[in-house]
Amino acid sequence: MDKKVSIRMSGLGGQGVVTAAHIIGSAANKDGKFSTVNPFFGAEKRLAPAESYVRISEEKIYERGEILFPDVIMIFHPHVITLGKCYTMPFYEGLQENGIIIINSDEPLEFKQEDIEKFKSMNATLYHIPATRLGVEIGGTELATNMSMIGSLLGVYPLISVESLKESLAERFGGGKFIASGTTAALDDALKGKYEQLAQLIEKNMEVIEKSSEQVRKYTFGQEG
Amino acid sequence: MMLQQQREVDAEYLLFQAKREKAFLTGSEAVAEAIKRANVDMSVGYPITPQSEAMQLIGELYQMGYLQDYYRAENEFAVMASIHGASLGGGRVFTSTSGPGTLRAMEMFPVWAGARQPIVCAFMCRGLSLPPSIQPENIEMGMLLNTGMIMLHAETVQDYFDMILGAYAIAEQPEVHLPIGVFADGFFLTHTRESVTLPPSDIKLKTYNPSAAPVPCFNSETPPLRITRDPLLNKSNAISYGANASWHQEILSASIRSKKHINRYIGGSLETENPDAGIMIVASGTAVSQSREALRILHKMGIRAGLVKIKTIRPFPGEELAAATARASLILVPEFNAEGWLSREVMASLDRNSRVVSGPRVFGGMTMPPNLIVNEILSRIS
Repeated sequence: MDKKVSIRMSGLGGQGVVTAAHIIGSAANKDGKFSTVNPFFGAEKRLAPAESYVRISEEKIYERGEILFPDVIMIFHPHVITLGKCYTMPFYEGLQENGIIIINSDEPLEFKQEDIEKFKSMNATLYHIPATRLGVEIGGTELATNMSMIGSLLGVYPLISVESLKESLAERFGGGKFIASGTTAALDDALKGKYEQLAQLIEKNMEVIEKSSEQVRKYTFGQEG
Repeated sequence: MMLQQQREVDAEYLLFQAKREKAFLTGSEAVAEAIKRANVDMSVGYPITPQSEAMQLIGELYQMGYLQDYYRAENEFAVMASIHGASLGGGRVFTSTSGPGTLRAMEMFPVWAGARQPIVCAFMCRGLSLPPSIQPENIEMGMLLNTGMIMLHAETVQDYFDMILGAYAIAEQPEVHLPIGVFADGFFLTHTRESVTLPPSDIKLKTYNPSAAPVPCFNSETPPLRITRDPLLNKSNAISYGANASWHQEILSASIRSKKHINRYIGGSLETENPDAGIMIVASGTAVSQSREALRILHKMGIRAGLVKIKTIRPFPGEELAAATARASLILVPEFNAEGWLSREVMASLDRNSRVVSGPRVFGGMTMPPNLIVNEILSRIS
């Protein structure tokens, strides 16, 4: 791993962008790395733009707030790009050299030639994954979209260990140690109802993550990948 | 409801000696963890972003039996007035608010100080309307500089936890007995999750002893009117002018007397890095974090710079700051607000204040890129 990795996740309110960041950051922390996590959103409502940021580093992290210069960008919903539901315009603004972009969409999105030129000039690698579809197919709910996105990240950039990830999931959904916010807790209850049991929930989530890590595909832009 | 059974310990033990365990918490969660160990009798809240989650978690603590009473008031003024009453009745209290809520409740803060109440209030700073903003900014701190309250400014989630507990220890000293506002920049701290260490949750601060207060708490033998109206509102009497003036002097003196307790419980009014550097950054709150990253960048460029983190905005550590910046020829004051209240405080405390650069300033909710600080410095030294 590089000395410091900054991940920017853009999605829509309710998709689990904040939870995904929490789980990744917490896992990195368990792996013995430094990490900080923070979300940014407006007055809370579903389907409004929501972003969260994860910083992972070998040394102590001081910097706070939104990530302006990410190494990895994860797009949780095509509308972030197609409808501009994003805090930055274009959505890849600030992406660092050799950066990674992962986009949740059933089919690869079409990009304008000028965007493609920009990706090439930054030496960016783009990936796509049908995260919501996989969430529904494997996890039985579109609420598992964020798990699929975590899986896609692991598939292209394994910067956290599977053991720590599992532990973080158990902590996040297992209650006890973690205190959820009111709205997030309500969502979690709905989830738990669907899966009946916590153990099963974690197992399912891990399955979504594992299968998604194999389903992530590289954009080739007409060239053989 | 069964109250939780926790062992009462000294603030020193809770803060410095008890074995700590690692946790990965947001600022809001850390506030609740502090209150869980603070032996608070009563808390009243009214929700406002970014404070809502912390007060909700404290409601959950009440449900679990960590507090004796908790409710949601009608608005922030009602919150601060209720807290005033609960504290006058001899209870240890806690509340919290943000931005517009702070301003709505403004009248009560000098009342707390004037009534010499050791109230601890966590301010989670955000933008003020108009245009509307729920995002991080600390403009409200500039508006609270002259309420008589002691003001602490947290940089990290760890600071927030430690300062809230330390605030009770400082505020309840009989020679201090003033309200303490513990400030944090909203979102940058309240919603940021980072590593902290916490003492065990089966211990808590000792029960507040209202009979040690310099102003007696209200009971059937000490009716409210004696304190609040007699003689301070009887303006026809020359004695009341003197009483009022000496009372205000005493509030200021109490604030100065808090310094030794600030040193003891939160490790002093300021912290310094590279104090001999010719370039110094002076900051408070999360602007300190951004400045630390700027120092890293400058260090890589071979430029030596230092940092003063100001932890107490009131009492303002003017003398300590003058000493810490005595060798500096350039002093930068980055801030998360449009007004630059900190740089005014800094300039008022230093001689040769043409050395002071008021900025960079970021407001409206954006973060402060460390390079903004670096570039400001480079533009001044090239």
